[in-house]
Amino acid sequence: MLTTLNTGSPIASGQPVTDAPPPFIHLKGVRKVYRQRGQEFLAVSDATFDVAEGELITLVGPSGCGKSTLLKILAGLHGHDGGIVRIGNDRQPFDAGRDIGMVFQQALLLKWRRILDNVMLPAEILGLPVKESRERARHLLALVGLAGFEDKFPYELSGGMQQRVSIARALVHDPKLVLMDEPFGALDALTRERMNIELRRIWQDSGKTILFVTHGIAEAVFLGTQVVVLTARPARMAARITIDLPEPRTLDIKTHDAFGAYTREIYGLLGMH
Amino acid sequence: MADTAQATPGTGNGEAPRLAMQLGRMGPAIGIHLALLALWYAVTAWGGIPRFILPSPVDTVATLLQPHYNWGMHIYITTIEVFGGFILASVFGVALAVVFSWWPVTGRTAMPLLVTLNMIPKVAMAPLLIVWLSYGIVPNIVIAFTICFFPIVITTARGLREVESDLVDLVRALRGSRKQIFTKIQLPSALPYIFSGMRVAAVLAVAGAVVGEFIGSERGLGYLMLQVQSSLDTPAMFMCLALISAIGIVLYGLVVFGERLFVVADARLD
Repeated sequence: MLTTLNTGSPIASGQPVTDAPPPFIHLKGVRKVYRQRGQEFLAVSDATFDVAEGELITLVGPSGCGKSTLLKILAGLHGHDGGIVRIGNDRQPFDAGRDIGMVFQQALLLKWRRILDNVMLPAEILGLPVKESRERARHLLALVGLAGFEDKFPYELSGGMQQRVSIARALVHDPKLVLMDEPFGALDALTRERMNIELRRIWQDSGKTILFVTHGIAEAVFLGTQVVVLTARPARMAARITIDLPEPRTLDIKTHDAFGAYTREIYGLLGMH
Repeated sequence: MADTAQATPGTGNGEAPRLAMQLGRMGPAIGIHLALLALWYAVTAWGGIPRFILPSPVDTVATLLQPHYNWGMHIYITTIEVFGGFILASVFGVALAVVFSWWPVTGRTAMPLLVTLNMIPKVAMAPLLIVWLSYGIVPNIVIAFTICFFPIVITTARGLREVESDLVDLVRALRGSRKQIFTKIQLPSALPYIFSGMRVAAVLAVAGAVVGEFIGSERGLGYLMLQVQSSLDTPAMFMCLALISAIGIVLYGLVVFGERLFVVADARLD
């Protein structure tokens, strides 16, 4: 069940020569050090994993394990101090200034904009054609279950609905990679479960590659095609686990033996027996 | 969940019931003002207080009918001073805060100086300003300006600072320009702060202008107040006070109206 790094794959020894498509994201030995008042501390070390195109990969770990830092490195907002970060491949080229969608713990909608105009923000930043983008924004609002809310203001929506809007916003410019930093962390438990199911559906409908950061172990297993487990002290990558659960995933699978085994394994890796 | 359950604002139900409801909510507020007016009248009518100490509301309003006070001209002058000082302070105050936010080093350098200067009681500077700028409208506009300026700079600078860093990241990840961050996120999110600074300034502007008129002026309601004081014309003094307050209320009302217009209900600071 536990896929240790580089198991039998030729990827470790340079370019793959097999028929397998090259990974969409390739991270190898990624390191990030923060310096503060002359002191150094390690935010990320030896992060090594590959993500295939169209995967929903979850990163799980306690606070301070460098999950968010890793996302910022992938978003091109932070540099890294060592290792390889490669996004995109020949078949699926990646434009670093364009192909990123971001969702945060807070929906961070612009209070003064109506919902449709909030979704439009990335399209405006990139200067995409207005008419097509608005069409797409409407379509995405329907996809996240908010058709009819286009002309509302954010304060008229519940927390869960606001987070749906921010997911639509992350998709409006049709990015190839969507980074989600604990997007459901501020929601109540029931809304969170509902959003998990919704996200699986949105992911399948949109076909995007999604990196999802969470500190919820059950959430990570439920959502992910793979789970990357990170530990805090020291900040390092503990394991990468491929999740093999029946599809479509419904809340029922949380009672499956396999689901329990995965979560137990991750608790173990995080030193929580 | 996807259905629009509630009616969208502005459709159906008409405006009339909403207006009636608003008036209903304002009822107690209007009531207490009328009650004070009635109490004032009662005290003057039956309280045996001399007219030169406390004139009745009727006496006070009656002064408006006497042309020799030249109310119109004095109201006009004070209004120009109040609005002039306030508008200048709003324009330059916001502009300076924008400069501070765009080039943080200017803010770090100049802000401490502004805080120090702000410690000088602006009213106490009035005699000096009159020496520099001579009598008339200009020094009074400047006094109103100096008194309005600081609250606007400080609240605007704060509003421009309090921008969500994650939102800025979102724009930067798409290689958004500084200008885009400013116009699409920073400035609109600072608007509630700007208006809250302007509300404070609106109240101060009137005080600034009138103090200027007390000290050196030949026109304006503050000047008139000193004139009528010398002849113990208390009803006219009351009227001056009422008109000065009215100018302040109009200015404040305009600021609140602008805030309603430009700032979403949810984002307003109170």
